[in-house]
Amino acid sequence: MEKVLEEIDFLVGDKFDTVYLLNQHSFDVFSDVTLSFLSDISKQLINSPFVRNYPDVATFAFYCRYANLKVIKMNYTSDIKLMIGRGILFHIAPGNVPVNFAYSLLAGLLTGNINIVRVPSNNFEQISIIVNAINKVLTLEKYKLFFSNRLFLVKYNRESNATAFFSKICDIRIIWGGNQTIDDIRKFPISPKSTEITFSDRYSIAIINADFYLKIKDKSKVAMDFYNDTFLFDQNACTSPQTIYWKGSIDEIRDAQEIFWKNLHLILAEKKYELQPISAVDKLTMFYTQAISYGDIEIEPRMSNLIWRIKNNSIHRDIDLYKCNSGYFNEVVISSLDEMTQVISRKYQTIGYLGFPKEELQIWIKNNKLLGVDRVVPLGRTMDFSLIWDGYDLVNILSRKIIIY
Amino acid sequence: MENIEKFKLPEITLFTYDKKRKHEFFLEHMLELFEHHCQYSAEFKMMMSSISYQKKNIKSVEDFPFIPVRLFKIFELASVPRDQVLKTMKSSGTTGQNFSKIFLDKQTSLLQTRILTKIVSSFLGSTRVPMMIIDCESTVKNRNQFSARSAGITGFSLFASKRVFVLNEDMSLNEQVVKQFLEDNKSKTIFIFGFTFIVYQHFYRELLNSLQKFDLSNSVLIHGGGWKKLVSEAVDNVTFKAQLNSICGLRRVHDYYGMVEQTGTIHMECENGYLHTSEYSDIFIRNSNDFSVSRHGEEGIIQLLSLLPISYPGQSILTEDLGTIFGEDDCKCGRKGKYFKINGRLKNAELRGCSDTYGESFRRN
Repeated sequence: MEKVLEEIDFLVGDKFDTVYLLNQHSFDVFSDVTLSFLSDISKQLINSPFVRNYPDVATFAFYCRYANLKVIKMNYTSDIKLMIGRGILFHIAPGNVPVNFAYSLLAGLLTGNINIVRVPSNNFEQISIIVNAINKVLTLEKYKLFFSNRLFLVKYNRESNATAFFSKICDIRIIWGGNQTIDDIRKFPISPKSTEITFSDRYSIAIINADFYLKIKDKSKVAMDFYNDTFLFDQNACTSPQTIYWKGSIDEIRDAQEIFWKNLHLILAEKKYELQPISAVDKLTMFYTQAISYGDIEIEPRMSNLIWRIKNNSIHRDIDLYKCNSGYFNEVVISSLDEMTQVISRKYQTIGYLGFPKEELQIWIKNNKLLGVDRVVPLGRTMDFSLIWDGYDLVNILSRKIIIY
Repeated sequence: MENIEKFKLPEITLFTYDKKRKHEFFLEHMLELFEHHCQYSAEFKMMMSSISYQKKNIKSVEDFPFIPVRLFKIFELASVPRDQVLKTMKSSGTTGQNFSKIFLDKQTSLLQTRILTKIVSSFLGSTRVPMMIIDCESTVKNRNQFSARSAGITGFSLFASKRVFVLNEDMSLNEQVVKQFLEDNKSKTIFIFGFTFIVYQHFYRELLNSLQKFDLSNSVLIHGGGWKKLVSEAVDNVTFKAQLNSICGLRRVHDYYGMVEQTGTIHMECENGYLHTSEYSDIFIRNSNDFSVSRHGEEGIIQLLSLLPISYPGQSILTEDLGTIFGEDDCKCGRKGKYFKINGRLKNAELRGCSDTYGESFRRN
């Protein structure tokens, strides 16, 4: 047995046998046993008494329902006749998103692979809930044979050689950023035939059609949606909008902004969102940094330090540098989407939208061949997981297509 | 030269102005300072216009805006042309990636010395005394780099009739030097100076393990630099004093609180254990929820104001320290002004979401 294994804490899977693993065959993509395994995990989670405290776990459980997985499979069926897993996946999950590791694993399982997942070192309750559910389902006789030796959830110290070890034996390494983590992990080589997927730091925005917003009856629902996009993860997820582009006439936008932010305030009070003291200092520091760099921004009047709104009097191409968290929003007034085109760099990931017809968005993106933006999502759903992420089709990338002529 | 006239601060017998008089005096001079920095620092002007700062909206000292100290690490903020910069002070950043840079011209530098002297001599007496420095000499030898530590030693050396460094280059205590110095200055009050952590680690700890006994009951220790490094050792101010007293009889021990961004207007700890503002500085405790001013007795983020920064816009800063003001004008020590305590530093943020949101330049030391 390799010495490195002693440094590793196995939350799921205990008999790690490298030689055995390297000789294990992959499963078909979307195999029946995998779908049933995942849906049993889903059931286990939904029935767990803890799940109601963790909407993120509930969302994951909901995603893994048999019915949902079946729909996803249907959308791929035409291609998947000769698609099997690539082999061994080594996932490195981000340290501060409790449930992200589970989605990464989900993608790896659906594509028929052997999975080694490094979970966050933080002791998030969500991790134990999911780990317990998986371990419970693994005790079922019908899955033991299939999964017990090819599914590993691990924790280890920063100093451990485990990253080097897993990197050497994996077929695909999946690194969920930030950039610093990616740079650090890339110091460990993967084998020549192996490949890597990285999810680096990204920047996301929202676009709101003021006129459309003003006509919506349920403003509170919009506020709740926006809260889920931002404050639910301290406005610190890659998908969280940082800048809001308001489209419309000056008067419409002014009215819309007033109602929009007032409603968000109500939601924050209802949710008892707590601002960490240092975040208030961070916002002030970021604001002055931006003020010195741009020279033409203004702070909008505010009720508290929860929501900081920065009025931009012109369009700045490097606005993604002035990104804070926990409620720091740049706002820009535009009269057409075309004004934004020049701003969107490779770093842009998600656009949350409200009040734009899909066709308009399609035409805008198609005509301008934007450098960035991988997802355009209705406001409130920017965090939704999809098997197409950051422009990667995970099912395709994590599997091998075999051609017979 | 025009500046020197404008910022002529009057001589004051320290700690004598009551609330009303202090406010009048401070408001007038702070308004001038804000006007000066808006005029001479382009960066400061941009910051003030971004929040629509207007003189006419300032009715009270608490109305003045403040800028976070971290900005001095991100930008080079100066309100004098570069050729008038006499020296550049650098903060002792713990990790050494980003230093605060503070640009001093002749006027500001002199003013700092003048006010520091006033404040410290009100505790130490106005005659010079033999000074024992708990540090090694090389700390101050490199004159090109003004660190907070070397600036502190140099600044406090003004009160020395003669001085001695009692640590060797490897930071071990040179007991022979201490012994000799005490013998040479028998019956005199000795002024001991050092940074809190160094005094504890390299003086107290070494004496604890030594057979040599020193009697420092006639000495005054002034120390500063913060308690951050001693928190892990579970040493607070009370313990610190008690331990020093038991090992060498020290009774007069004063902590001080100051920022490299506001050198000169330090806040000295009185006989009752409280830090004090003087006429040349002010403090507010800000509630992090909305930056409103907290009531006395409430903990919050410390805002410091000082009338000395002329060559750089450091006259009103938001620190990353937590503190509590206990009262104004009524400390049992008899000094007028606000009296307060420091409760540590703000905790780093623990955020949900993806990693690495801060750019390098934005990282805290």
